[in-house]
Amino acid sequence: MPQRLSPRHHAPFPPRARVLKAPAMHRFANPARFLRIARWATPLTLVPGLLLTIIGLYIGLFASPPDYQQGESVRIMYVHVPAAWLGSGGYLGLAIASATALIWRHPLASIAARAIAPVGAAFTAICLMSGALWGKPTWGTYWVWDARLTSMLVLLFLYLGYLALSASEGEQGGERKGAAILALVGAINLPIIKYSVEWWNTLHQGSSINVLAAKSTIAPEILTPLLLSVAGFTLLFAAIVLMRMRAMLAEQRVEARARRLAEVLA
Amino acid sequence: MKLKAKTQRLYLVIGALVALGGAGALAFSTLGDKATYFYAPSDLAGKPAPDAAIRLGGMVEKGSLVKSGQTVRFIVTDNAKTVPVTYTGILPDLFREGQGVIAEGRVDPASGVFTAETILAKHDEKYMPPEVAGAMHKAEGRVS
Repeated sequence: MPQRLSPRHHAPFPPRARVLKAPAMHRFANPARFLRIARWATPLTLVPGLLLTIIGLYIGLFASPPDYQQGESVRIMYVHVPAAWLGSGGYLGLAIASATALIWRHPLASIAARAIAPVGAAFTAICLMSGALWGKPTWGTYWVWDARLTSMLVLLFLYLGYLALSASEGEQGGERKGAAILALVGAINLPIIKYSVEWWNTLHQGSSINVLAAKSTIAPEILTPLLLSVAGFTLLFAAIVLMRMRAMLAEQRVEARARRLAEVLA
Repeated sequence: MKLKAKTQRLYLVIGALVALGGAGALAFSTLGDKATYFYAPSDLAGKPAPDAAIRLGGMVEKGSLVKSGQTVRFIVTDNAKTVPVTYTGILPDLFREGQGVIAEGRVDPASGVFTAETILAKHDEKYMPPEVAGAMHKAEGRVS
């Protein structure tokens, strides 16, 4: 069993004949097919993403009522909640992509993982910062070491660890196996974040929205802009990841061409 | 029968995740209430007053708030047990009767009174505009 793939596998565009023989799930993992889909999927996520974000944030920041307890600081939620969702949802994507890269050794999965990581890290940082700004006027403190806040900070460190490890493994020309394993191990933090407010007493309040039961404890005037901005941010996240993946594939292609050119000249 | 390499890797990853999940579950069940941010009045009831500084959390009982200058006295309840609290200092904006509160301080073993050094307001998961909150909250005099 060869542990390392032959250089042929790393070529950005494997010959079509081989791909057609591959099982069904690999059809979508073919970089050439992915690029064809991504070319129209990018504007399809970017444009509605921008529109929904602008509408959601406009209603949230200007055209929605204040909260009966928090007053105007409730508006921080329209950024905080989408950022928290994408920070943790992005990590789930990173873990799935890493598992796919580890098991099926597909280069596109590894590219997806690397494309997601910095975006998810940025949203996690936005979540932590906006939460601190909300905590001061609401709780009376920027930060406490309760289970929810601490597990979210751990999520940021997991992202940063993944980015550092992946960059150093990439420099050594490796398959970034260590980074993929780190991403998988870190996935155990996701249920901890989700259920931290139920398993332990925390300063952070419990969840307001129960997706499975389609119930929420948020008044419709506040819930509508929140859902719009969650949808908008999510589409923007997808668009950014697609653009990053396309750029990374293009970069690989350029590098492969430069290598071939160097071989010809040598 | 020899498994294909990728099937082998699939089982390896699944096995590792199950082991990891088990280890995590064991660790967290042992951690138990050590990871909790505060104790409710029921957690303290019937036990000797702890020596160290602790955090006490619950609702500020309605009608229990007494102010005298910079010092406030109120009762923290979890609808089962109650603890009397005194605090001297500035209260957070969201501190009010009927709302969640977390007090950091010590229990006096003799009197059972909790002397707080820090007070944090706890927000609940309900969000609504002031008009909707309606007459019930108008009584608390905090509707803008």
